Amino acid sequence: MTSRLGGSGLRLAYERRVVADDLTVAVPDRSFTVIIGPNACGKSTLLRALSRLLKPAAGAVLLDGEDIHRRPARAVARTLGLLPQSPTAPDGIGVAELVSRGRYPHQGLLRQWSRDDERIVAESMAATGVADLTDRLVDELSGGQRQRVWLAMALAQQTPLLLLDEPTTYLDIAHQIEVLDLCARLHEEQGRTLVAVLHDLNHAARYATHLIAMRGGQVVAAGEPGRIVTAELVEEVFGLPCRVIDDPETGTPLVVPAARTRARQHGGRA
Amino acid sequence: MIVIRTPGGFSLRVHARALTVGAVGTLLALAVGVLAVGHGDYPMSPADVLRTLTGGGSAAEQFIVVELRLPRLVTALAVGAALGLAGAVFQALVRNPLGSPDVLGFTQGAATGALLVVVVGGGSTALAGAAAAGGVVTGLLIYLVAWRRGVHGYRLVLVGIGVSAILTGVNGYLLTRAPLMEAARAMLWLTGSLDGRGWSDAGPLLVALAVTVPVLLACGPALRMTELGDDAASGLGVPVARLRMVLLAAAVLLVSLSAAAAGPVSFVALTAPHLARRLTRAPGTNLLPAAVVGALILVVADQMAQRIFPQQLPVGVVTGVLGGGYLVWLLATERRAGRL
Repeated sequence: MTSRLGGSGLRLAYERRVVADDLTVAVPDRSFTVIIGPNACGKSTLLRALSRLLKPAAGAVLLDGEDIHRRPARAVARTLGLLPQSPTAPDGIGVAELVSRGRYPHQGLLRQWSRDDERIVAESMAATGVADLTDRLVDELSGGQRQRVWLAMALAQQTPLLLLDEPTTYLDIAHQIEVLDLCARLHEEQGRTLVAVLHDLNHAARYATHLIAMRGGQVVAAGEPGRIVTAELVEEVFGLPCRVIDDPETGTPLVVPAARTRARQHGGRA
Repeated sequence: MIVIRTPGGFSLRVHARALTVGAVGTLLALAVGVLAVGHGDYPMSPADVLRTLTGGGSAAEQFIVVELRLPRLVTALAVGAALGLAGAVFQALVRNPLGSPDVLGFTQGAATGALLVVVVGGGSTALAGAAAAGGVVTGLLIYLVAWRRGVHGYRLVLVGIGVSAILTGVNGYLLTRAPLMEAARAMLWLTGSLDGRGWSDAGPLLVALAVTVPVLLACGPALRMTELGDDAASGLGVPVARLRMVLLAAAVLLVSLSAAAAGPVSFVALTAPHLARRLTRAPGTNLLPAAVVGALILVVADQMAQRIFPQQLPVGVVTGVLGGGYLVWLLATERRAGRL
């Protein structure tokens, strides 16, 4: 397995609160990696460290073999894109204008809007299905449309690696699937490496090609979902008694929480 | 949007309406400026003014225009542009349309510096220097308290309001300690006035503008990225913390030297960026239009202060009344449009 992005011996902390210590991860190239785990397990913190937002207190995040914090922000931004959990759209900004901001790391004072910029923005909007929204204001869009516009902006950055922090939060189930389908398609068709933090274990098991399960700031298991998602792992990571069956649609693991009465019989944890 | 591309791979993108607003605003400000220079005890026609400015006219006219009236006009333009720029920067920094140096305490800091000189006793040069120093020290203080651990708009606003309240108290105390005549002079300064400004008043601010404007314009694109939030901007390759420090330093410098040149002229920094945004209809921060609108507001306000009332008023009174009125109108229309 080759990996352009990873870290070893990471200590991740906010001020003095240590979230993770001696953490080692690797994102396989061309994978759709999904990080899962219970609340406060450090998954978003890990994503922040991988995306250069958080400087590890110890250890280093390596991008192409080099400490990500020793490289200029703009150079990193040409290799690694990030869609944060709740970005803000400026008042009165149009869809095309917002998407075009993804070109920022490729631009300069004398190179403000090249033909490449124009073409890539159009392609990104087509790839995410927002081309027909070009002239609309971002404020007017539905949640699902807005998330696709943000994805288009991240795509326009044209980075081989793209990190997504809970891209489906605040969306209803149909829009969640729509966004995840889109991510899977981008991963397959454009050969990008995607790393996402997701809350829904079943979504993670269905869409990920590589799963990282975390608990208490440590990686409990990592690998292909079909191989690592078992009832024991879910119980260990989430403390949830469950059965794991095959997803009738995709054959991927499907986690079915144990019924209340059955869990009690088995003495399951709450 | 207009895109200009050259064969060498260079490309420029300009917002057409912003460009128009900037050009028209500049022309208007210069036109009002020519009228302003012609106005006074020795009236001159615009043609005479232009002729004198380009080197013609009698020696007396040269003296009146270049030594007496032009400095006031240049100070007005520079202070207006500096306040417009600084206001736009502060509003972007704290992501709040009410983020202006008046609210955040920098203006009060400059006033404290000036009042200290009034109490201790000192000339107008010392007063201007102390005002500039007061603003810069307040900026450093707020930076240390609010910004050491990461940067958050709300924290800056709250710390700024706190500092501003404390300094208002200090300023009130200093006024009571000043001799009566000096206190009257201080009150005039506190209102903001352009009366009797010479080249030495405009000089430091012009230098500051020459240094900060290129820096701010170079930071412009990165500043627009921060409108997407700190995380998204970082993801796009903006060194957010360093950018904020540079912007804050530039804006504080502009506000402090504006106060040194003309006193704390109220509401221009708050109003100019809003007006510029409404005129350009461009989303987000627009530094140059804000600077142009600021300069225009101050020149027009100074003319109103000199002409409308039988007795000349300090320009700060007019900007306060105009700016306050505009703000109330803005709130009312925004409320009606359901945006507030």
